[in-house]
Amino acid sequence: MQNIAKKWEVFERSFIEYGGYERVIDGLKNTLIIALIGLCIGIFIGTLIAVVRVMPGRTRFTKVMAKILNGICSVYTSFFRGTPIVVQLLLGYYVILPLMGINLKPVSVCILIFGLNSGAYVSEIMRGGIGSVDPGQMEAGRAVGLGYWATMLKIIVPQAVKNIMPTLGNELISLVKETSVVSFVGALDLYTAFRYIAANNYEFMIPYLVMAAFYIVIVLVIALGVKLMERRLKKSDRNS
Amino acid sequence: MIEIVDLVKNFGELNVLNHITDTINEGEKVAIIGPSGSGKSTYLRCLNCLEDPTSGSIIFEGEDIADPKVNINVHRQHIGMVFQQFNLFNNKTVLDNITLAPIHIGKKNIKKQKGLSLKQRQESIKQLKLEAKENALNLLRRIGLEDKADVYPSTLSGGQKQRVAIVRALAMNPKVMLFDEPTSALDPEMVGEVLDLIKDLANDGMTMVIVTHEMGFAREVASRVLFMDGGVIAEQGTPEEIFEHPKCDRLREFLSKVVK
Ligand SMILES: Nc1ncnc2c1ncn2[C@@H]1O[C@H](COP(=O)(O)OP(=O)(O)O)[C@@H](O)[C@H]1O
Ligand SMILES: [Mg+2]
Repeated sequence: MQNIAKKWEVFERSFIEYGGYERVIDGLKNTLIIALIGLCIGIFIGTLIAVVRVMPGRTRFTKVMAKILNGICSVYTSFFRGTPIVVQLLLGYYVILPLMGINLKPVSVCILIFGLNSGAYVSEIMRGGIGSVDPGQMEAGRAVGLGYWATMLKIIVPQAVKNIMPTLGNELISLVKETSVVSFVGALDLYTAFRYIAANNYEFMIPYLVMAAFYIVIVLVIALGVKLMERRLKKSDRNS
Repeated sequence: MIEIVDLVKNFGELNVLNHITDTINEGEKVAIIGPSGSGKSTYLRCLNCLEDPTSGSIIFEGEDIADPKVNINVHRQHIGMVFQQFNLFNNKTVLDNITLAPIHIGKKNIKKQKGLSLKQRQESIKQLKLEAKENALNLLRRIGLEDKADVYPSTLSGGQKQRVAIVRALAMNPKVMLFDEPTSALDPEMVGEVLDLIKDLANDGMTMVIVTHEMGFAREVASRVLFMDGGVIAEQGTPEEIFEHPKCDRLREFLSKVVK
């Protein structure tokens, strides 16, 4: 017990007196930014892919176009779902971007890669969401003269998003957890901040325990947010 | 107004419409009756290419809209459609249901106009929105639902939903209206209000095609009745000819079942 008290003292000193908390706050900020903006990019890309994947095509030209786009989307999702995100980060940071002559900060690269990765997952979620919307909605949109994309974006996708809200919450939780690998390309996240404190003092127990608590709290807060949102949506469904 | 030439529709192996040729003239009120599964809905849905015909032509205003190369969206703006299940946009208020298409399409047309400054363009769009809203409110007033403008469709009764769906189609000023069993999903006490509205339109001279099981209504409103059976128009004529002097056995059998 004495031992733990001592360990705690060491941690407290390095966390507060030596400014470790500043690093943790920065790391926390990056973790949240990468996960949140990543999810937003993911929703954008995922929606595009999902809409392309269910595109019918009327003329021979649009049918062929739809096939080609479908193929591209399918390669994209297979790649991002089929490789570890660390590999995607390393490829992006050390191979693709340098080859393209683009110089980005580690955090920006992480946001980008997490967005692209999430797009692959969200596209599947969104496809399910679109499938859950009554086909009569699309017919009604087309019957008043709206095009396929207009009907999708104004009528179908908003209803799909409502249906997949809980699943998107889970996707956000996954992203938060996966950010713990961003130090591979030199970005500072929650894990990296605590590892720094731990390594500085050769004292790992308390920092990693506190770190775990941070992750748990973030995940619980998101889960609670999703639950509240779900309840509100259900209520509005009942009233309406 | 709509000329149907040798229309065939297959779903995979299943032949649903078998070489139908017919002309729907301006001002006509065509009622389509027939047993379930005879292809009535499919026929109606081919008229605005909601189902793409397998072969044959649908000539609307001189253009074959069954040709995949035509811009079908433009033609559909002139062909109103009302569904059995109403299909109001669930994520839009009643007012937005009615104004959505007019505003979207009007905006597109404004953007296409050349030589407009940004300010003129914004002014036109503002004007367009105002007009669309005014028009929608007038339509709602006509059906006595102006107080429902800002609610969502799920709060409406079936009859109210269907009446909104009808004025949503009217908001595009269509030249012809297609109805697919507009009262079949309604509780009996709400059938009247919807039929009355459709009768109103008929009296205004609207060209319409109605698939219906309401024989009394077909008899009263239709100028021509089509009896569909097995993917063809098995018999057609004035309501009197069809209901008083049916010629083919299938029609006689059908009528004896539906008219008690
Ligand atoms: N999308 C579809 N795919 C496959 N078969 C269909 C489809 N729509 C209709 N059918 C079939 O076509 C036939 C005619 O259907 P329909 O036009 O709805 O008849 P009705 O409206 O006269 O009851 C039925 O046998 C039905 O099962
Ligand atoms: Mg039908």
